[in-house]
Amino acid sequence: MNLDKVPEIIARYGADKTASLAILQDIQAEYHYLPRAALEVVARSLEVPLSHVYRMATFFRSFSLNPRGEYVVKVCLGTACHVRGGPAILDTMERELGIKAGDTSEDNKYTLEAVRCVGACALGPVVLVNEHPHGNMTRDEATKLIKQLSSQEGAVQAPEETPLPRASVDLTGVPRPGK
Amino acid sequence: MFEKVLLRNAGVPGSERIDVYLSRGGYQALPQALARTPAELIDMVKRSGLRGRGGAGFPSGLKWGFMPTDPAITKYVCVNTDEGEPGTFKDRQLVEQDPHQVIEGVIITSYAVGAHRAFVYIRGEFFDGMKRWVKAIADAYERGYLGRDILGSGYGLDLSVHRGAGAYICGEETAMIESLEGKRGQPRKKPPFPAQAGLFGRPTLVHNVETLCNVPHIVQRGPEWYAGIGTPKSTGPKIFCVSGHVNRPGNYELPLGAPLREIIFEHAGGVRGGRAIKAVIPGGSSTPMLTPDQLDTPMDFESLAQAGSMLGTGAVIVIGEGTCMVDVTRRIARFFAHESCGYCAPCRVGTRRLAETLERVETGQGRPGDLDLLAGLCEGIQGRTFCPLGDAAAAPVRRSLELFRGEFEAHIRSAC
Ligand SMILES: Cc1cc2nc3c(=O)[nH]c(=O)nc-3n(C[C@H](O)[C@H](O)[C@H](O)COP(=O)(O)O)c2cc1C
Ligand code: FES
Repeated sequence: MNLDKVPEIIARYGADKTASLAILQDIQAEYHYLPRAALEVVARSLEVPLSHVYRMATFFRSFSLNPRGEYVVKVCLGTACHVRGGPAILDTMERELGIKAGDTSEDNKYTLEAVRCVGACALGPVVLVNEHPHGNMTRDEATKLIKQLSSQEGAVQAPEETPLPRASVDLTGVPRPGK
Repeated sequence: MFEKVLLRNAGVPGSERIDVYLSRGGYQALPQALARTPAELIDMVKRSGLRGRGGAGFPSGLKWGFMPTDPAITKYVCVNTDEGEPGTFKDRQLVEQDPHQVIEGVIITSYAVGAHRAFVYIRGEFFDGMKRWVKAIADAYERGYLGRDILGSGYGLDLSVHRGAGAYICGEETAMIESLEGKRGQPRKKPPFPAQAGLFGRPTLVHNVETLCNVPHIVQRGPEWYAGIGTPKSTGPKIFCVSGHVNRPGNYELPLGAPLREIIFEHAGGVRGGRAIKAVIPGGSSTPMLTPDQLDTPMDFESLAQAGSMLGTGAVIVIGEGTCMVDVTRRIARFFAHESCGYCAPCRVGTRRLAETLERVETGQGRPGDLDLLAGLCEGIQGRTFCPLGDAAAAPVRRSLELFRGEFEAHIRSAC
């Protein structure tokens, strides 16, 4: 594995120990997970024990110590999405992708996760694909979404790339179209 | 109809841009605030009756007053954008659609408590919110609202953004401070309170995004105007996040004390399919449920406490007839078990036992003593954990058991 980017990322923060969270986030953004070898570089550069880096990496839920798929599909099971049918969406996703929540497909294309409230409850049930929200999900739309992703070449645009002037979700109290 | 205060710019095209904010009267409170003394501002906020919107409802003016006034002491302000309470999506909208309103609030607040450095802690999943923060802060610097010598007043403030990484507990102020210091987000022992020793050991004022948004309006329109909104003890406007089985889920800004019934039926369009209401979670998943006969409860701090619940974040989750309450309760318990930081045993073990037992009951494998076991677990958690996360986990389970005991008993006989 090519870890050339790791020292670069650490240098961005001037090897500041208090920046360890931000450093790990940037590493995960680059590799989609936290490779052990990268954590070893972090520990050496920040002059902290490797266990300290692992303390951080295992505390925060958005970190993964295992490789993840190209598309990370998250199904919200927060209370609001739950009562609006979140579990049925998760069930559909598990069947469509042939993997259980928490797993990555063998071809490394998909990782499926059941997550806590993502703060877009007005759009429930919500699914995130690489952090991009898809609201008002139904079983049919979940199936369609996976079909779409499967027919696409390469990963969807990373969330960092989306242009600024767009609000990710409109949460003002307005009637939902056609639902 | 109530004239919106906090959400008045939301929905206006380009509302996140500094020019739009300025054209709508933004950054006008700031020079007025800088012309006053910090003591005057603290007094204004005290008289306004403003209380924290992050969940606990602590009087903000009082909290400002706890900060040492000695200018030789370095002080910090932290902006809590970690919004993680299930059902809540107001801070997200404020940051994505009106970030300059928050920034104006941060500057005035920091000036009032004598802080020259402020930190935003934003939930890791809020990518757009993060970008909005970064852009808005850069623009505010460029126009001289941040940085040295703001508007020629001699007062300076630096503001930066820091991302969380998916831990609910980091919304708790001392856990947030730990995380900002580059550590695991484990809550600290209080006292010392953050106002005495917070970030890097310095006196620190932590506020929720929505709380801060009120500040410019209080300065500009006066504490008397502000105190005239809402009830005598719960003043001002509040954003209610309405979700679940309603026809028009969304954020609705209303005076504190608006009746729950009005919020659900007049604003959120009533229940989907005309179904009856089975239960309502009034302030986010950690607040005990209300029943349909409590729909006339005014949504303010006192009335909800009286009704045996809490205003929390004002996240109203409406649950329609036909929903399995054992399943709802199980999901809530699972959430808290997952989010327990693991530091203290009553929370770490208790929340896990709650979740396991509910899992068993929900899937039809419940045992005869399980409901008593659940009640006993709640008893063992409440008031005995290091931080309030344990209470947040136990209170809704306990209420649900009381309200829907028959349903739980039926599940022990056979799953639904
Ligand atoms: C478990 C837990 C989670 C919390 N999460 C949040 C949160 O996501 N956002 C927030 O503003 N306050 C949260 N709080 C409340 C904060 O500790 C703190 O009281 C608040 O940010 C103070 O701001 P305020 O006075 O403006 O309400 C949480 C508290 C606890 C105990
Ligand atoms: S419950 Fe799913 S976004 Fe809030």
